[in-house]
Amino acid sequence: MRDLTSRALDTATALGATYADVRVVRRIEESIQIKSTRVEGVSAGETEGFGIRVLVDGAWGFAASHNLTTAEADRVAAEAVRIARASATTTRLRVTLDNRPPAHGRYETPCVEDPFGIPLDRKIGDLLAADRALNNVKGIAWTESIYAAQREWKTFAASDGSFTEQVITHIGAGLEANAIDGDEHQRRSYPDNGGLWASAGYEHVRAMDLVGNAERAASEAVELLTAPPLPAGTRTILLHPSQLYMQVHESCGHPTELDRAFGTEASYAGTSFLTPDMLNGFRYGSDLCDIVADATVPAGLGTFGWDDEGVAAQQVALVKEGMFVGYLSSRETAPRIGRQSGGAMRADGWNRIPLIRMTNVNLLPKPGMSFDDIVADTDDGLLFETNRSWSIDDRRLNFQFGTEICREVKGGKVGRLFRNGTYTGITYELWRSMDAVGDASSWRMWGTPNCGKGEPGQTGHVGHGVSGARFRNVRVGVSS
Amino acid sequence: MSSVGGGLDLRGANPEGALRLAEEVVRLASAAGAGEAEALVIAGDSALTRFANSEIHQNVASSEVYINLRVAQGRRVGVASTGRIDAEGLRAVVERAVAIAGAVEELDDWAGLPPAGAGPRTPLASAWADGTATFTPEQRAAGARAVIAAADAAGVTAFGSFSMDAEAVAVASSTGIRAAERRTSSQLLTVTMGPDGGSGYAEQCSVDATRIDAAAIGREAAERARVTANPVDLAPGDYQVVLNPYAVSDITDMLGYLGFSALAVAEDRSFFEAGRRVGSDLVTITDDGTDPDGFPAGFDAEGVAKQRLVLLDRGVCRDLAYDQQTAARAHRASTGHGLPAPNPYGPFPTNMAMAPGDASLDELIGGMERGLLVTRFHYTNPVHGKRVVITGMTRDGTFLVEGGRIVGPVRNLRFTMSYLDALAGVEAVSRERRCIKGMMGGAVVPALRIGAFTFTGATAAG
Repeated sequence: MRDLTSRALDTATALGATYADVRVVRRIEESIQIKSTRVEGVSAGETEGFGIRVLVDGAWGFAASHNLTTAEADRVAAEAVRIARASATTTRLRVTLDNRPPAHGRYETPCVEDPFGIPLDRKIGDLLAADRALNNVKGIAWTESIYAAQREWKTFAASDGSFTEQVITHIGAGLEANAIDGDEHQRRSYPDNGGLWASAGYEHVRAMDLVGNAERAASEAVELLTAPPLPAGTRTILLHPSQLYMQVHESCGHPTELDRAFGTEASYAGTSFLTPDMLNGFRYGSDLCDIVADATVPAGLGTFGWDDEGVAAQQVALVKEGMFVGYLSSRETAPRIGRQSGGAMRADGWNRIPLIRMTNVNLLPKPGMSFDDIVADTDDGLLFETNRSWSIDDRRLNFQFGTEICREVKGGKVGRLFRNGTYTGITYELWRSMDAVGDASSWRMWGTPNCGKGEPGQTGHVGHGVSGARFRNVRVGVSS
Repeated sequence: MSSVGGGLDLRGANPEGALRLAEEVVRLASAAGAGEAEALVIAGDSALTRFANSEIHQNVASSEVYINLRVAQGRRVGVASTGRIDAEGLRAVVERAVAIAGAVEELDDWAGLPPAGAGPRTPLASAWADGTATFTPEQRAAGARAVIAAADAAGVTAFGSFSMDAEAVAVASSTGIRAAERRTSSQLLTVTMGPDGGSGYAEQCSVDATRIDAAAIGREAAERARVTANPVDLAPGDYQVVLNPYAVSDITDMLGYLGFSALAVAEDRSFFEAGRRVGSDLVTITDDGTDPDGFPAGFDAEGVAKQRLVLLDRGVCRDLAYDQQTAARAHRASTGHGLPAPNPYGPFPTNMAMAPGDASLDELIGGMERGLLVTRFHYTNPVHGKRVVITGMTRDGTFLVEGGRIVGPVRNLRFTMSYLDALAGVEAVSRERRCIKGMMGGAVVPALRIGAFTFTGATAAG
């Protein structure tokens, strides 16, 4: 591998690059999909290639190829330099990078049970047993159960002498029961919509107890069909961790991406209301709001040894006691606010450039009450569980979420079920209204394996640790 | 690394090379004992120049190959894919697919692979333009500079991307399918933003990148950003609207995603019932792989020739998109709308078009007593899939119209609205249509005037 990376870097620098890096990536994937006890799709994929990123005249160029030969490395390096020269024809602000030390070493996701070492028929059997359990419930129209795993071998080398090797494994699984009556369609999933994902081995799937939770999930899907719609109003809401992590993702994770704040994602996903002049001076949330980007936390989808610029995994405070204090950043963007990169540059494979992505953006737990204690402490509220729909504006201010489950809480007891529950608001108004956060006993990692960003499009795997929280005076029950 | 067959040249979107590679993979799978085998090969080059703050900040190119192999042993089906074309890579992908087929349970209603006669007769020449395949980084940079110059002239800042793809697509199967074609596409889009909160958008798509008028796109977006400065708050509620084609393309996208698939209908998660009226008489939506105004494609991922569908005929549900498996379950033939296997989403109409009307955009606006002109939607998502209730935001130009005249810009609004109700309320359709790149493929759509559209919230100024 060093032959190819050295050749790519030598060619790029010989042609005029002042900085170059190269990533060689091999990725394997396996997926199982079962619908209504029928094994509908099983697939295995492999892709490999390399991408070269260069700085020439203060501007970026990138080229990539599936063909892992030194001759192709020469061609691709030359193409990257040519592209960078074309970029430089519009330069207004020359790119400068921070001075991180060269990176060296090896990182591997800890896996107790290698998911790719377990026989396929056993994995199918585990999932099929859970899907059959869903179908034991009367009134279910159809079910879907999924399993997927991905492993990536990634070599990174840069013209400053950096050389790292990483093996990252991600795995996810989940169940979904669908109940339908006329034009009313209700879905209930377990443990999460689209599966619960982690960086881990097959032990992650075993710990879910899919079979043991299937019947409850399916029964709730049927119950939802006859539940009344959630009335509109302004209420106290309790966000279960299975919804709270999406609230963190959309309304804190994305707006604290420094590239968005600088406008470089404006043409696709938008910008951010959190502009650099607000650093350390803007109240984002209540005093209970501590949010950290942490690439070191075990099992997170954003856990690694180094990011795709060779910056070591680290913890970066984003919100501290409610104040906005930090960004997810890169070697290019961090110096513009007088800081070092926080190590958040991640690429979706060999053929994409690294972008600022979430690592694991976590709302820290607060001692005092578990999430169940917070529910018991609530006189009159609504409990929202498991994300079903999400939308937020291009500056990450106005959001609307829908959940699979919405239950009334009266006198600390969970009661009546509503269907099609939604809540909406403005990001900082919601976080400022947070008056309780669950303790460490309710805290766990959740994963988003489908975070879209960039042009050409990239799908990111990012993590979120949350414990559940309570918010006051939130508008609920928006419907057409 | 050695390439199969003594060195296939897959660079330059070579459909003959892609087809030979697909045939070789099918031969290897058959030799490994596969009862049926089908290989999809997509090989080509793509590039994208991205600009922000009126300078190019990301600029990329890649050469990629994708092989998707589906094998069947009786009713047991396995799928494997690879990006490797060396002998070891091909051997490995065949081994994985055959191993999966040996491990899975039988699909009791496995349809088998499409028959040879379902393939296309001739490649679709209109899917390709040399001008895109040879488009250089310098040409993309020139396009970006033209947009930036228009933004500079209007005192606003430009953000956007200029992209191109040139690929060879081939399908070969043990049942005799032989399909090969080369396809190009290109897109220039820009968001422009002014110092006083104004923002604009414009986009042009084409098979031929040399037909894209970057300066005109820049001027359109820049003018919109200029006139949307200092937007004011407007109370949410029901408003008559005119939706620009950029917004209308979200409606066709969502209908394709949620409703026009035979699998969605089979699973009872679609609104679609043949003969059901869901739109006004003015709404006809087709899917036509040969439409030169979109991104033509002669066949699907199963190698089946694409048929023209009339999905909504003057507001009434008529045709559905089928792939081989959903067609067999319905005892009919595939319409050529299959995606690469395994495909949990079902078939998808990738070449939708909405029929034009007879009004100009000015006439659409002139017909509103009090309403909103919406440039486009942002971050839309289904709230209720079967009723096609969607929530999302307006973006890059939302204007209050009174007495048929634009009064001024308003701050972005959130809507929560059934797109079926929106189609039922269509009052007028524009003559002019645009090709807009969508979720999958592109859609050729007009502007629409709709009687009532439900806005449920507004963004904040901060």
